[in-house]
Amino acid sequence: MTTRTDAADKADRRRRRVPYLLLAPGMLWLLLFYVIPMFGLAITSLQEGSLEQGYTFTGNIGSYVSVFTTYLPQLRNSLMFALGATVIGLLVGYPLAYAIAFYTSRWKSLFLLMILVPFLVPFLLRTLAWRVILADQGVVVSALKTVGLLGENGRLLSTGWAILAGLVYNYLAFMTLPIYVSLDKIEPSLLEAANDLYATPWTAFRKVTLPMSMPGIISGTLLTFIPAAGDYVNVELLGNRNWTMMGNVIQSKFLVIIDYPAAAAISFTLMAIIVTVVVIYVRRVGTEELLT
Amino acid sequence: MRARVFYRTLLGLGIAYLFVPVLVVVAFSFNDFKGRRNVSWEGFTLRHWADPFKLPGLSEAVLNSLTIAFLSALISTIVGTLIALALVRYRFRGRATTNLLLFLPMASPEVVMGSALLTLFVATHVGRGYVTVLLAHILFNLSYAVVTVRARIVGFDRHLEEAAMDLYANEWQTFRRVTFPMIMPGVLAAFMLAFALSFDDFVITNFNSGSMQTFPIFVYGATKRGVPPQVNVLGTMIFGVMVIAMGIFLFIQNRRKKARD
Repeated sequence: MTTRTDAADKADRRRRRVPYLLLAPGMLWLLLFYVIPMFGLAITSLQEGSLEQGYTFTGNIGSYVSVFTTYLPQLRNSLMFALGATVIGLLVGYPLAYAIAFYTSRWKSLFLLMILVPFLVPFLLRTLAWRVILADQGVVVSALKTVGLLGENGRLLSTGWAILAGLVYNYLAFMTLPIYVSLDKIEPSLLEAANDLYATPWTAFRKVTLPMSMPGIISGTLLTFIPAAGDYVNVELLGNRNWTMMGNVIQSKFLVIIDYPAAAAISFTLMAIIVTVVVIYVRRVGTEELLT
Repeated sequence: MRARVFYRTLLGLGIAYLFVPVLVVVAFSFNDFKGRRNVSWEGFTLRHWADPFKLPGLSEAVLNSLTIAFLSALISTIVGTLIALALVRYRFRGRATTNLLLFLPMASPEVVMGSALLTLFVATHVGRGYVTVLLAHILFNLSYAVVTVRARIVGFDRHLEEAAMDLYANEWQTFRRVTFPMIMPGVLAAFMLAFALSFDDFVITNFNSGSMQTFPIFVYGATKRGVPPQVNVLGTMIFGVMVIAMGIFLFIQNRRKKARD
């Protein structure tokens, strides 16, 4: 160490600066347009006033009180639909990912692309397409009526089922792809070893495949739950007023009624609840991979 | 064998499920409907394809969407690549914070991010429009760009760079001739992902666009009055362009892979 020259020291110091220079523009962006707005949202939620007279910061927590007194049904709907979409998405997405990973030898990348196909059509258009599919005179409704699952005057559009169908469909690729990625990493020899050791296919799945696909399951469920909990488009296009979610309240308070403090309080509460749910979930199923 | 049949069938059903709404969008661009709402099939026509841009405002909306998607994808990919290089190549203090800061936007629902940005622009009296939407799109694209590029950098052999340095290439030459070509597929994938995310974004745009229209905003406005078939025509065109772009991307990748083997 003592033989080090000044020049080497200088080069060293320059080298240590490089990562910060590389990070600077991006971090500045995140600071200006993510961190500061989030603080702004928190501050706005504690303001009082009206659009005409302007808002002043008073530390008033009234907006938060009303979130839990007035908007409890919307909060419940958000969590219920997000959870439902996540569970159904997992039940549909896992077998799909499994089939692609293990039962499509040559056409793997083609099938993967097919999973992405819905994303090639604009979000609003593919959601609107469900209006046609679930329409009262449509094939699905009449088929369900024939088998007796739906009553004479039963319908799907404007019900919770339509919202759920839209949510599952819109986020299915987010569920399927991460699970596929983790399944694809499993060495076939591991499963052969399990087989050699007299594990039944079910035991091999439970002891080898499932644990190894856990990172994919965690990413997939989060990538479905988070956007679904904040969604308001599916309710608006497929559901009705009885099923409004937190997202709908935020949207209307911000853009239609224009009551910024109330809107900010609801928005902030939604964020806090989602972060809490996510943190508890990730701790329970256990993976640190996600944050690194 | 039975498992094989079972999973093949399942896959078929799954793919059919994913395709049906797409087919509906395409089919209804050819629907010869007479009523006000384009919701039930009434026969085939090409008339909506004759002048898809005749609706007032639609072509500007599409143009806005395209330019915003291009610019936000370009900027977020460049900035994101720099971050990815820093994260994979260097050990430095503040690494965990950086990762957290990148993860948060991906973990925030769009309504929350959109509304937070809205309060910022309201508080600072910035008029909402093209620029604010562009700023917002760069923000939500950034994390995805970093993740995509980083996945590529992690996978490649550092010895190649060391070899270049041993052969007296300076750092810039090494980056330009060795590192950049190697991470190029990741950068390209990040750009395409960012472009698609931006082009399709409705929620964050809705909060920050003011009176400016993008294609999703236009479609949303149209749902109130009944969606005009021209929207389906454009949706079909977008679908076609995306399929072709993906095809080209796959073709290039395939050829590279073959060339390497």
